[in-house]
Amino acid sequence: MLFSIFAILTVAGAVAAMSFRNLVHSVLALTFAFAGLAAIYLLLGAQFVGLAQILVYVGAVAILIVFAVLLTRDDGTAPRSILSSSWKESAVVVLLVFGVLAWTISRSLVFGQGGGSLPRDVSMQEIGNALMQRFALPLEIVGALLTVAMIGAVTIAVNEKEERR
Amino acid sequence: MTSLAGCLLLSAILFAVGLAGALVRRSAILVLIGIELMLNAANLNFIAFWRYGPNPEALTGMMFVIFSIGVAAAEAAVGLALIIFLYRNKRTTDIDRVNSMRG
Repeated sequence: MLFSIFAILTVAGAVAAMSFRNLVHSVLALTFAFAGLAAIYLLLGAQFVGLAQILVYVGAVAILIVFAVLLTRDDGTAPRSILSSSWKESAVVVLLVFGVLAWTISRSLVFGQGGGSLPRDVSMQEIGNALMQRFALPLEIVGALLTVAMIGAVTIAVNEKEERR
Repeated sequence: MTSLAGCLLLSAILFAVGLAGALVRRSAILVLIGIELMLNAANLNFIAFWRYGPNPEALTGMMFVIFSIGVAAAEAAVGLALIIFLYRNKRTTDIDRVNSMRG
């Protein structure tokens, strides 16, 4: 029951984010969808991932997108339509993808299978142990990737003309 | 219906909505938002299979989602930097008007 409510809220937020004309409203609806997903993670017993979702997506990514929206205000020649020129072909592709996904899920063995018992809570200590032992190498690589991405983003976005002046 | 099938269906719907946003809208920022939604749909699948799968104590699906969130944050930062660079050069974020490499 709770799952259905959060699922409907999440889908409504996502659809609203994709259909608003004003991009700031879109980002607001997107935060709504991210928060709904975080609630679903909490319902599924993944506390750490749910809170990380709130911190990273609702906190950081949404603010980042709002900054980008405000930094790239379109000039006066705004387009009449919010749809791209190839929207008909795109809509067909989207419907095909969703049709294949839904058909596969409805044909698979998991359909109609009831929910299992909730596993015991995963403690922070277990997550820390896993990150420091079995997943230590991926953790280091993600750290390096984040550093490289940060340097790359600054290098791309910095205004070179003002630097040379 | 907190079952595996419900999670998978929700994830499929989210993926389709994100794909629609990325393909149908003409704003470059909306394309990036659509990609973020698709990544979130994949994360939901990982969590659902971790939760209902045979070995939840191995934490594999959860770890994958944690790393995926980190990589998605890096992707968002670089993507938005590219959009800001594009805007500085072309004064627009309309992807239909960025066609100078069109054959």
